[in-house]
Amino acid sequence: MNGRRPVLRWLPLAPATVLMLLFLAGPVVWCVLLAFTDTRLTGQSSASWVGLANFRHAFVDAGFRNAVVLTVVFTAGSSIVGQNALGFALAALMRRASRPVRTLTGTVVVAAWVLPEIVAGFLLYTFFHRRGTLNAILSQLHLPPQNWLFTLPLLAVSLANVWRGTAFSMLVYSAALAEIPRDVHEAALVDGATGLRRFWHITLPLLRRSIGTNLMLNTLQTLSVFGLIWAMTRGGPAARSQTLPVFMYDQAFLKSLIGYGTAVALLLLVVGAVFSGVYLRLLREEG
Amino acid sequence: MRRWLRTVPAVVLVVAPLGGCGDPGGDPDTVKVVYQRSTDNKYRIMDDYLAGVKAEFERAHPGKRLRLMPVQAGESDYAVKVQQMMRSPRTAPDLVREDSAVLDSDVASGYLRPLDDKLAGWADWARYLPAAKEPVRAEDGRTYGVPDGTDTRGLWFNKELFARAGLPTDWRPRSWRDVLDTARTLKRRLPGVIPFHLYTGKGPGEATSMQGFEMLLYGTGRDPLYDPGRKKWLTGSRGFRDALEFVRTVYAEELGPEPADALDPAVSTRVSTDWLPSGRLAIALDGNWLPKVWERNGARPWPGWERVMGRAAFPTRDGAAPGRVSLSGGWTWAISARSRKADLAWQVIETLQSRRNALEWTVRDGQIAVRDDVAADPAYRSYVPGIAFFTALVPYTRHRPALPVYPQVSGAIQEATEAVATGDASVAGAARDYDEALRSFADTAAEGGS
Repeated sequence: MNGRRPVLRWLPLAPATVLMLLFLAGPVVWCVLLAFTDTRLTGQSSASWVGLANFRHAFVDAGFRNAVVLTVVFTAGSSIVGQNALGFALAALMRRASRPVRTLTGTVVVAAWVLPEIVAGFLLYTFFHRRGTLNAILSQLHLPPQNWLFTLPLLAVSLANVWRGTAFSMLVYSAALAEIPRDVHEAALVDGATGLRRFWHITLPLLRRSIGTNLMLNTLQTLSVFGLIWAMTRGGPAARSQTLPVFMYDQAFLKSLIGYGTAVALLLLVVGAVFSGVYLRLLREEG
Repeated sequence: MRRWLRTVPAVVLVVAPLGGCGDPGGDPDTVKVVYQRSTDNKYRIMDDYLAGVKAEFERAHPGKRLRLMPVQAGESDYAVKVQQMMRSPRTAPDLVREDSAVLDSDVASGYLRPLDDKLAGWADWARYLPAAKEPVRAEDGRTYGVPDGTDTRGLWFNKELFARAGLPTDWRPRSWRDVLDTARTLKRRLPGVIPFHLYTGKGPGEATSMQGFEMLLYGTGRDPLYDPGRKKWLTGSRGFRDALEFVRTVYAEELGPEPADALDPAVSTRVSTDWLPSGRLAIALDGNWLPKVWERNGARPWPGWERVMGRAAFPTRDGAAPGRVSLSGGWTWAISARSRKADLAWQVIETLQSRRNALEWTVRDGQIAVRDDVAADPAYRSYVPGIAFFTALVPYTRHRPALPVYPQVSGAIQEATEAVATGDASVAGAARDYDEALRSFADTAAEGGS
């Protein structure tokens, strides 16, 4: 009797489970298997098992190391600092803003987020392009124009990612700030706590869980940004904005090294896991 | 939930490019034809030509249908897309237009079907020039494609700009130094004009290797890239460093376009439809096909271009014999190994390459003829001013090593030129990186060793 009930309970979920296994677990397993072979897209009669060779190659590959560094800089800069801090600032400021300002800001910020990635990519390409909007504005202000996509490609794609992803943080923090009970703040006010102290000792601790969740989602989202960078710089010039996803695409599809590209994908997974592990740890320790 | 989220980015990344499968192989009367469509929306030469062939084929073969499947992409992306399609019988097209540069590589992957049995029974095959048959024959000695044209390469220069700069309008450079010195003069005397354009970097793809770097490299020796005697790809070659030094000079002395423009994937379109017709560019190292853009129904009609544009052969490094360099490639029609309609697909090739259609295509697309009957046709010999000049380069022209790893070698060349042009690497450093890349996927030997 006891043994049969879980099976019966699972039955309605069976189609969903099968679909998940087929379309989620299937590709993951396939991907893991490919990473241990020397599969190529072209120029090879049959692929063979090469063990850890792809991973060993990655660690001595200057291109891969360059991509890891750029990925960490891109993620830390545009996600952890940029999207997260700016999103929080916007959320906090909007609580004090008048209704029309709040509506307008909210609409603009969320519009950037709602745009499909490739559309955002092309918009920002034309914005940062040498003959683009940004330089037109700069020259109106009598400031020297800058060839953003060429001289500062990583900064350009980082700003683009901040522009696109800030809305998400803003929405998360707006919701979280609204949840903080008013009386806690009022009690602190009565005790004579200044604004900064109230922020540090009341707001931040109460927001801890939201901050952790938001950081994790932002980071994972940013680690996998591909379309935005591809549309804006294709990882170039040379390899100056080639983050791991772009590097992976370049290896797998332009250099035809599917096996190596998949191995890099798995390593990207490890990078994501490291970030997530750190966040989970922080959440637990403070809790 | 969190644990699940962790796996999401990588899964999405890996799966996304593999998606988009379509149409199961199906209908036995329909031949699926895949070809590259230009990223320039005004440029529809191939599409128009194929529409005519489709009508002709369907009229001659009642009940059969051609399904034209254009892939609108740059050259590298087109090759990747077609390779992905050919990996599975469900998505494999029947007929594929393949660049001869990737033909051997795709043969090694087993994507293509040998055509020897079909060619044996096709009288027209005797009409093809031996030089055109060589690049479509793979390492195994079998033929995998029917070429539909070839090309040669050289210098195009703007005679009006030359006259304004006080330079001779019958320019005949003898060495690399002549080319660079002329570019320096142009830079000095015509501010605002780009003196010289040389394809560079990963953006232009194969154009960088073929119209750009290899035009330099093949002027430094007989087999500077691959030694056919020892069957080795060459590393540590002086010619390679000299050619890189030429690239570096062009960008360091600002004799070319700004690097950001030069590295743009769409630069080839800009050269032919913008910079040359508007007189912003003085010299272009490019292919014989440029005039098709300037014809009355081309992407950028330019009446009177034939009075403005001059042609000169690209010289060897120091003027050594034969004194001129050209590379030739070309595209071919091939049949996918996974096609179940090979017979019907072959009949489409016969239609595509009938004498009349071959002439039509050669003239429309500004190709150099690969069939002797087309080459002898008065309509071909006079179809565009300058065709005699580029046809005369055929005896000197060279082909890329027809080997499976060529696309990867080409990719490494493109990276080396980009690193040098942006100043990210010195000539010696970029040459070293190239050697290292070469060793990781090819059989190599040091130049001059034995």
